[in-house]
Amino acid sequence: MRFNRAISLSILVLVLLALPFVLPNAYYFDLAIRTAINAIVVIGLNLLIGYTGQISLGHAGFLGIGAYASAILTTRYGLPSVLALLAGAAASGLLALLIARPILRLKGHYLAMATLGLGIIISIVLVNEVALTGGPDGVSVPAFEVMGRAITSERQWYGLIATLLVLTTWLALNLIDSPAGRALQAIHGSETAARVVGVDATSVKVRIFVFSAVFTSIMGSITAHYLAFVTPGLAGFFHSIELVTMVVIGGMASVFGAIVGAVLLTALPQVLATFEGWETVVFGIILVVTMIFLPRGLVPTLALRWRRT
Amino acid sequence: MSQFLQFLFSGVTSGAIYALAAIGFAIIYNASTVINFAQGEFIMLGGMFAAALAAAGLPLPVAIVLAVVATGIAGLLVGKLAIEPAKNAEVVTLIIITIGVSLILRGLVQVLLGKGTYPLAPFSGEQPFAVLGATILPQSLWILATTVLIVGALAWFFGRSRSGKAMLATSYNKLAAQLVGVNTRSVLLASFGLSAVLGAIGGILVAPITGASYDSGIMLGLKGFVAATLGGLGSGPGAIVGGLLLGLIEAMTAGYLSSAYKDVVPFVLILLILFFMPSGLFGAKTTDRV
Repeated sequence: MRFNRAISLSILVLVLLALPFVLPNAYYFDLAIRTAINAIVVIGLNLLIGYTGQISLGHAGFLGIGAYASAILTTRYGLPSVLALLAGAAASGLLALLIARPILRLKGHYLAMATLGLGIIISIVLVNEVALTGGPDGVSVPAFEVMGRAITSERQWYGLIATLLVLTTWLALNLIDSPAGRALQAIHGSETAARVVGVDATSVKVRIFVFSAVFTSIMGSITAHYLAFVTPGLAGFFHSIELVTMVVIGGMASVFGAIVGAVLLTALPQVLATFEGWETVVFGIILVVTMIFLPRGLVPTLALRWRRT
Repeated sequence: MSQFLQFLFSGVTSGAIYALAAIGFAIIYNASTVINFAQGEFIMLGGMFAAALAAAGLPLPVAIVLAVVATGIAGLLVGKLAIEPAKNAEVVTLIIITIGVSLILRGLVQVLLGKGTYPLAPFSGEQPFAVLGATILPQSLWILATTVLIVGALAWFFGRSRSGKAMLATSYNKLAAQLVGVNTRSVLLASFGLSAVLGAIGGILVAPITGASYDSGIMLGLKGFVAATLGGLGSGPGAIVGGLLLGLIEAMTAGYLSSAYKDVVPFVLILLILFFMPSGLFGAKTTDRV
């Protein structure tokens, strides 16, 4: 198992190293960067949804908090971009900590409802506080600076995001095999049984929720800097749903599934753009058909089939 | 006073629509423990079909009946093609399936009927009645009267009729219902048909006030979900109370506090309620079995 993971991780590194040589133009670079950003977010979300079994239909809200913290603090208050990112992460973490206990007591559809509500509240606030956020029109965001150097070119961004993706994958793979990761999976299996064997389920759930909120917020800041512009859509209900769909299509409780899900769902709209008007219908059909025939998601289903043959 | 009365009327009117949507959620949830995120699209379909058929020159009553029937058929198809094959999937998988369905329905309407807003004529004129200094639209009365009628009919259906009791039995215990001879598969389909019909009626009733467009179901569906959760998932009376409560609080907030934050009210409300009552106002308490 450990050996398999080492191989998969090396394949990921090789693919990421090879991509800059085969990507023909800036459009594909942009697509690759956006895919990798989504993949990182989805790996984090998968720890919460796939491994721990706690659904969140509002995670884009934390992306929004991070993104707008970066946008507002850098442009209006002149904060360095790293500090703004950290401030956003702290705000997201605090909010998540405040609501984690009451929200994570909820189960199934009630939890879905509560997280959905949370996300929608955040996005409506972002739309309405025009003076601060620029409202539906959005705000522009200055370049991201690391140690006094601004990251501007597509290649620099690619290098940064690809490194982050490899790090995140590695960390996630290590986490799920650690005692903490086993505790997460035990809670997914049965919360009561996990408590019986001595897992402090409440505290584990709170910690993974806060962690994923902080993580998502950081990626929100990075997204805002990369796009150089942020609109409330980033925090909207549809984006939350999109992220959850990436988790489920790629494969619940599979780190590489998260990457596959992000690749497919980021690329799909580009491909479907050729359907002229029918793209929503086709997208919906793909979702329904995939979920009916591969309810566990692509990677776990294929891995199971591979092992059987 | 007259101002309060005005907000009360508008709150009860939208509350009735939310209640219809919430009952739709409850019926499907009871038959299959699926939260149907496409419920809002049934509302949209009803309004769009009726408005498009009326615009094509059909008399209003004919357009309405056809729209209800067509949406009901759409509901049956959704149950048969998308939900039945997925049977024992996890909560989140089923959520994505119903979201996929809502994308398909919304996309189809957008392609076939366009992105514009269709108007629908009020059922009996636009001359508002004056009541104690406030005004009420005839269409609001239609909405309230129809909702009361439907609630009565549903109470009879679930309390007295054989098929209604079969649906209730399925929601209490599916296996036991199968053992006493209930065909739970047709209960599943019937629940989708019935919810689609209820949604369509809600959509047709509200279309003369708000107009109908391909994306009008999104917010209505979400608020219906809030109303259903507020009352407690699967509870019929809970759905009605949840819907009315939601409509009233929303109208009062829009009137007295801020209309920009009107849409935020349902979600703040549901978070607060769930913090203190994790299964809504009238929801069944559940315990885990290992």
